[in-house]
Amino acid sequence: MMDAIDRNIINSLQGGFPICDSPYRVVAEQLGIEESDLLQRLEKMLELKQLSRFGPMYHAERLGGGLSLCAMKLPENQFERVAELVNAYPEVAHNYAREHQLNMWFVLATETPERIATVLAEIEEETGYHVYNMPKQEEFYVGLRFDL
Amino acid sequence: MVLSKQDAQLVAAIQSGLPLVEHPYAEVGQQIGLTESEVIERITEMRESGIIKRLGVVVRHHELGYVANAMVVWDVPTERLNLVGKLLGSQPCVTLCYERPRKLPEWPYNLFSMIHGFSRERVLSRISKMVAELGLEDIDYQVLFSGRRFKQRGARYQ
Repeated sequence: MMDAIDRNIINSLQGGFPICDSPYRVVAEQLGIEESDLLQRLEKMLELKQLSRFGPMYHAERLGGGLSLCAMKLPENQFERVAELVNAYPEVAHNYAREHQLNMWFVLATETPERIATVLAEIEEETGYHVYNMPKQEEFYVGLRFDL
Repeated sequence: MVLSKQDAQLVAAIQSGLPLVEHPYAEVGQQIGLTESEVIERITEMRESGIIKRLGVVVRHHELGYVANAMVVWDVPTERLNLVGKLLGSQPCVTLCYERPRKLPEWPYNLFSMIHGFSRERVLSRISKMVAELGLEDIDYQVLFSGRRFKQRGARYQ
């Protein structure tokens, strides 16, 4: 179970991480704990998969890559088959079922912008269903923070 | 933008995580033949230029109790999009807020926001409260809760 110190660590490290020679020591001091304690707790939370990652969140387009949110409208009895085909692509970063006519939603992250269209065409060909391509046009907020 | 070969190596070296050691940037540098101060300089630069949006922890929200994951989509008249986007984006419960293209006729929604909460009930009541507080009653919206999660990981870069 997570305790108050774990929650403090997560709340603090969602906001950023120092870029200096002893960053963990800086964070530990701010939180009033030992550096070794911080390292052990991070390791444990990663092991328990409470944290997905500890590191950079990249801006795909500025890295030269392509990024898009895609949706599909699938009959219930086709869902599993199509999910398997779609998830097999390494470019599919995550995939959620959602309650709507458009019932499968996945994020595509490719090494080049052009490859988005290629992968989508392949998915349509393989599955026999249309993919709705909805790339971001304007970003109003991207905090992705969760208070604990 | 095209990354230098060195930056591309650095991007790949830290994408799955920073080492949990006292001098993480020194350790990363050892892997790719850079000094600690060079790594610090390159990461600082990428942070400032926005290639790195954020450095820190990425939580698995589901595992932390945020089990209700709602994509709330809005059909906003174009002339109000900027204002409504910024309003929604400034709400503490909204974790992402993007404009995306409509796909008519099936999909009239052009503003996408994510709201996570501890239960569907609480997420729904927060949304209605937000609609009233921000005066968005005239904007058509839909809440798409997630069902099964098939895959969750960050994007990968070579």
